[in-house]
Amino acid sequence: MTLNEIKDILRANVLTKCDTNMHIERVYSADLMSDVLAFCEPESLLITALTNAQVIRTAEFANIKMIVFVQGKRPDRETVALSEEKKIPVLITNLSMFDACGRLYEKGLRSCPDAE
Amino acid sequence: MPVADYMRRDCEVVLMQNKCEKTAEGVFFLTGKDFSNAGVASSELKAILEKMGINHGIIRRAAIAAFEAEMNVIIYTPAGMMRYSITPDYLKIVVEDMGPGIEDIALAMTEGYSTAPHYIREMGFGSGMGLPNIKKNADEMKLSSTPGAGTTLEFIIKIKRE
Repeated sequence: MTLNEIKDILRANVLTKCDTNMHIERVYSADLMSDVLAFCEPESLLITALTNAQVIRTAEFANIKMIVFVQGKRPDRETVALSEEKKIPVLITNLSMFDACGRLYEKGLRSCPDAE
Repeated sequence: MPVADYMRRDCEVVLMQNKCEKTAEGVFFLTGKDFSNAGVASSELKAILEKMGINHGIIRRAAIAAFEAEMNVIIYTPAGMMRYSITPDYLKIVVEDMGPGIEDIALAMTEGYSTAPHYIREMGFGSGMGLPNIKKNADEMKLSSTPGAGTTLEFIIKIKRE
């Protein structure tokens, strides 16, 4: 699924300059960054309601490709600047964590690690 | 000069000295509660490993373990330092801090055990996964601590497979 498709499905806004054709297959959602560091696979999308700079750092170290912030939460300017520097696109949506995950699952995205 | 600039200069000097060799070493100074710079040291280390052309999977393990160790110093201690040495065979990281120390190391290594205050958990850390995460990503790990004096964490990630 491309960044553009994810943006449309989640009715999200893209906060950073990025490649809209960037491709995603796996998703991990959590607000605990240590869980993300432990379980998220490289090249995944991270869905979270935490919007601090440590989320971008976590994505940087875990090789996460893209971040969606849910519940209408908007990261501050420094956090957005860090994500641009690290070339990790950041999207925001008003949907809840449950709805954001549900809609992407319905359209074919799957969790990492895959439980099935 | 901000601490981050010192770190950057330190890395650059080390890289210049070792441009032709597959070795590097250096140190990052970490300041407790300095959350705006949390992750800078691990990010610099990741950049050094990338410049040295090390395998991406190994860099990812090193970066995750270093970040967890860096966060521990920033969350729990007033200050500490992270020394790294890279050889063609392995990456060794030693993190020493001036924190309160760990009374029961076996308990601290248990997944889910944490002494982090609420505001740290709100930042997404302190879920009791940090030390187990470091152990999982490292090939060898040693943790020693003197309550009241500080903690030393040492871990090795092999670069060359035996």
